[in-house]
Amino acid sequence: MSSVASVHSLWTVAAGAPGKIPAPHIEYTELSPTLIVLGAAVIGILIEALVPRRNRYYSQLLLSLVALAAAFAAVIGLAAGGFGSSKAHIAAMGAIAVDGPALFLQGTILLVSLIAVFTFAERRLDPAAHGNRVDSFAAQPAAVPGGPAEQAAVKAGFTTTEVFPILLFAVGGMLIFPAANDLLTLFIALEVFSLPLYILCALARRQRLLSQEAAVKYFLLGAFSSAFLLFGVALLYGYAGTVGYAGIAQVVSDGAKQIDPALAGTMGNDALLLIGAALVLMGLLFKVGAVPFHMWTPDVYQGAPTPVTGFMAAATKVAAFGALLRLLYVVLPGMRWDWRPVMWGVAIITMLGGAIVAITQTDIKRLLAYSSIAHAGFILAGVIATSEDGVSSVLFYLGAYSFVTLGAFAVVTLVRDAGGEATTLSKWAGLGRRSPLVAAVFAVFLLAFAGIPLTSGFAGKFAVFKAAAQSGAGWLVVVGVLSSAIAAFFYIRVIVLMFFNEPKADGPTVAVPSPLTTTAIAIGVTATLVLGLAPQYFLDLAGHAGVFVR
Amino acid sequence: MNPVNYLYLAALLFTIGAAGVLIRRNAIVVFMCIELMLNACNLAFVTFSRMHGNLDGQIIAFFTMVVAAAEVVVGLAIIVSIFRTRHTASVDDASLMKL
Repeated sequence: MSSVASVHSLWTVAAGAPGKIPAPHIEYTELSPTLIVLGAAVIGILIEALVPRRNRYYSQLLLSLVALAAAFAAVIGLAAGGFGSSKAHIAAMGAIAVDGPALFLQGTILLVSLIAVFTFAERRLDPAAHGNRVDSFAAQPAAVPGGPAEQAAVKAGFTTTEVFPILLFAVGGMLIFPAANDLLTLFIALEVFSLPLYILCALARRQRLLSQEAAVKYFLLGAFSSAFLLFGVALLYGYAGTVGYAGIAQVVSDGAKQIDPALAGTMGNDALLLIGAALVLMGLLFKVGAVPFHMWTPDVYQGAPTPVTGFMAAATKVAAFGALLRLLYVVLPGMRWDWRPVMWGVAIITMLGGAIVAITQTDIKRLLAYSSIAHAGFILAGVIATSEDGVSSVLFYLGAYSFVTLGAFAVVTLVRDAGGEATTLSKWAGLGRRSPLVAAVFAVFLLAFAGIPLTSGFAGKFAVFKAAAQSGAGWLVVVGVLSSAIAAFFYIRVIVLMFFNEPKADGPTVAVPSPLTTTAIAIGVTATLVLGLAPQYFLDLAGHAGVFVR
Repeated sequence: MNPVNYLYLAALLFTIGAAGVLIRRNAIVVFMCIELMLNACNLAFVTFSRMHGNLDGQIIAFFTMVVAAAEVVVGLAIIVSIFRTRHTASVDDASLMKL
């Protein structure tokens, strides 16, 4: 038993003095987007500790914007330097992939986060409390809502400026997630972006009971699903003897005997592969919000502060689909005949389930949550294509969808009554007669969600369904078009409600936002229309970025 | 002893944890069950590491412990804040939002 002897020599030093351990080689330039964002997050924490309270808001806002813009510039620089195509390779000792899809998704996440920071920083929507402008976040989240501690905090003009560094930490994790090239990095990145999001969900200024409830649900279900993902990682490690994507893919396609004959007895057990892959996929589908694992989505989207909901809905989806694509296309292409039928089923019930349940919703945030579930199904149709077109169409769809989502949730923050945001759908009746501009902008977003031509939603859906049809998933496309039609019904219903109903006497008012939210919404509308009217440049961009490095 | 037995133990502990999450009603106990699931993963990692004769699994176990500790910090903060608001930690009472 030579393998047993070699096992023991690993953790006994008696055999001889250990040699020099080579220092790991880290490509700092190629990892710079992530490093900039995480470094800025750490500086943000220091600002909380050292800078006087009255200066924190502006310094945090400036730091976040500069960091995200610098990281985006770094992504552009890397892409211009050819790291998206000819120089794509695996960095950081096999932990991070620097390639086209990773850079495209990182750029999207950074742009989305930049706009999300604008909505986080908005301070003109709520009426001023004791002469201080307030944002969407609680004055002192640790205080009991309505209790004396909170009243004192509001009176003193406290604000939770910690949201900016927390957001940056989440963005840092999201940047690593689609680029992770081994299962350990995947798991750590998942936790790095999930834990800050759990906290952000609990911080709403208004309706904090709902907000805390959303946070508890998101946290318990999120931790539950990441435990499943981790057990899947353990089983895949047991299967392949490594957690690196390339190593696992090699064992999947060649079998264990060719890789290491000595370990053929303990490796290459197909039961471990199938169960492990299923559990890891489950963890990722939870983050994506696909149907059997979607239970958290409506509650969390409704309860979380609306700027956080917008950020989460857009950026988490981009990061999670990136990781899902890389796992299916790099690690498991050798067993695509096993996972394709399962993903077919998931995509179909996600599209139909999201679209059908959304019809019955009476709250605008829950409606958008179910619509995001339906959209996850459409994107899954592109994932199933297992072709280069599939990857690039999913990349394009994610970019288009995230700007629409962010803009739609930014509009939701504007429609307010005495209790804060008026999210009940019936209160939106007649909004188009009172504030035609806001209602028209929201209508543009809804039409984009529905996939009406001349909006980005149509270009995205067309690309995804085309890729799916070309790969032989014709029935999936039929189901997709059917559920798009169902979904269009409830989007159009909201438009009819806004424009063709009489406004109620006690209806909500539309707050006049500061330039921050105005900019966010304007960028959302511009992206929606530009990607809809002239999608070719961006489709080409996604097409160039469609090849994974192995 | 055959190391495969530890894998069975890990699977058993994971199942107990998962069942506990679904059955128990107190948020703290649910959370403890999730920690049990993470520890079951650790046991599986270490056992596979022993079987394969490489150290990856043992390193991953350390990472998992750190993640579990970070999760406790965030999770208990959220659970304590909702407990102070509602004077209960039952996950059944957190039902303001329904379909």
